[in-house]
Amino acid sequence: MTTVTDAPNVASALETVESHLHPTPSWDVADHPVPSGREEIWRFTPVKKLKALFNADGPHDSHLEWECAFPEGVTQRVVGVEEARALSVEAPVDRVAALAHANSTDGALVVDIPDNFTSAEPIRLDLKGSGEIVFGHVIFRIGKFAEATIILRYSGLATYAEKTDVLVGDGAKVNFVTLQDWDDGAIHGGQRSVLVGRDAHVKAVTASLGGSVVRLQENSRYAGPGGEFEGYGLYFVDGEQHIQHRLFVDHNEPHTKSNVDYRGALQGKGAHAVWIGDVLIRKAAESIDTYESNKNLLLTEGCKADSVPNLEIETGEIAGAGHSSSTGRFDELQLFYLRSRGIPEREARRLVVHGFFWDIIRRIDVDEIEEKMLERVEQELELLEHAQGEA
Amino acid sequence: MSTLVITDLRANVLTEDGPKEILKGVNLTIKPGEIHAIMGPNGSGKSTLAYAIAGHPKYEITSGSVTLDGVELSELSVDERAKAGLYLAMQYPVEVPGVSVSNFLRTAKTALDGEAPKVRTWVKDVEKALANLQLDKSFAARSVNEGFSGGEKKRHEIAQLQLLNPKAAILDETDSGLDIDALKVVAEGVNQYAAAGDKAVALITHYTRILRYIEPTYVHVFVGGQIVESGGKELGEKLEAEGYEQYVSAIANA
Repeated sequence: MTTVTDAPNVASALETVESHLHPTPSWDVADHPVPSGREEIWRFTPVKKLKALFNADGPHDSHLEWECAFPEGVTQRVVGVEEARALSVEAPVDRVAALAHANSTDGALVVDIPDNFTSAEPIRLDLKGSGEIVFGHVIFRIGKFAEATIILRYSGLATYAEKTDVLVGDGAKVNFVTLQDWDDGAIHGGQRSVLVGRDAHVKAVTASLGGSVVRLQENSRYAGPGGEFEGYGLYFVDGEQHIQHRLFVDHNEPHTKSNVDYRGALQGKGAHAVWIGDVLIRKAAESIDTYESNKNLLLTEGCKADSVPNLEIETGEIAGAGHSSSTGRFDELQLFYLRSRGIPEREARRLVVHGFFWDIIRRIDVDEIEEKMLERVEQELELLEHAQGEA
Repeated sequence: MSTLVITDLRANVLTEDGPKEILKGVNLTIKPGEIHAIMGPNGSGKSTLAYAIAGHPKYEITSGSVTLDGVELSELSVDERAKAGLYLAMQYPVEVPGVSVSNFLRTAKTALDGEAPKVRTWVKDVEKALANLQLDKSFAARSVNEGFSGGEKKRHEIAQLQLLNPKAAILDETDSGLDIDALKVVAEGVNQYAAAGDKAVALITHYTRILRYIEPTYVHVFVGGQIVESGGKELGEKLEAEGYEQYVSAIANA
């Protein structure tokens, strides 16, 4: 198999937009110097903890252990560096993603989902770490008019640099669920790039549950008009954990839609969540509609959430563009209000936290994962009740 | 039958600079079927009275007692006070994101009754209460108080009052911030609740305007953390004409 050309790299075809918010993509690692932590894209990140992922010297040959459950018709193959670049949605936008590709000397793992594919079963890819430093590049190619649910789950312990490209064919409908279900101590950085085909509908659900540091750059753009991107996220950040989601929706085509809604709960000293929501509406992107929202629930003292929505608009001819951000304590007043109606304290807490997350969880559309997420909400509540019992 | 008895009640607000006494010995008895208007200027402590009785975390009762049908409320937790039959319509209802009005109401009703309400009648009851307060059916699916207008928040408080049907209700400035049409709707909602004839109602307000639509049995002037004068509804008319000035200066000179 040689280079496939039906998924062109669209980056070079777009006009350059002067903005400090998103760096110019480049495959050349030299274009992404080791960050100091003062750069716009790194200023919220504990860069020292990511040091191993800035190292151009590798390792080059370690892997996460992977287990696939693919319905009939779905195939996987390993491609070389050149082909991996040609197939990708875009070049890396930061050093971790650049190295995720460059240090993977084997190239990339490509998962092909054919045109018109349908299956009652989801496409699963379980990636498990056992303590090593890993650089990895995975490419999902979803054919025209395919309907697919993809579940990508990370678990175990690793220091992992990710580059993932998801190319969604015209008219396809994709539910892309990722679980950062790492053990304590895992470090995970990288970039995900989604290309939404003409009239395609992509729903991406990102659940970050574990790990010491998770920093994901989540980009999406469109290959033609009529595409729709929904990005939902949920995260639980406990003491000393850092969870960062950096969304960038590039409305580069007219009549496209995007809706982003990320919600997180933080508890414990040193818990830090970061959410960046960048939306660029280019000159060509007339009649687009976009909304982005981030909500943080601070369950205890000592945790911190940074939430930064940015809209850059280069055309006035849009259907809608908005954003909102809120960070609030799970405070005594909410509990007081519910309890003043007779609802016992424990139940009042549950009501608040379940309500907060249910709006995201119900969109996963995979029963077992919805149940798993509700269990995680329960665990967070138990952790909270336990901590408060001791206090 | 529901009697709310407040005896020599003293309470502090908890501030960053420490506790500060606001209520300085409040005495008040509200018998079944009575509506007591408690009127006072800003900062008189009338909202503190409401919050302290309901168990707001920023207020503490330091002495005295509040009983509802003989049950001492100050010894109970917030939800236990509600179970004992107390309801507070809040001046600033709290937003609870992601919890729907219908789920909230059902959970509250279940907690108060000790069993879940019957599905068929409950749905009708909710729709009726919302309609009474001129809130659309779709209101039930919205998150509690989130994105509600000021008027919607107050109407939602009174819809809850009708549905939960407590023994005693304290309405804390339910009239403030309402235009005249909304005020009439809210007042009608309160009157429907009180029409049962055995409820004890405390109507805390800054303005006399609401007394045109809700007829009080008694009117009390609340200044400096105490009731300084009590009378019939003619006292409300006097306040309408003269304001609180003489009471405030009397306290200042004391």
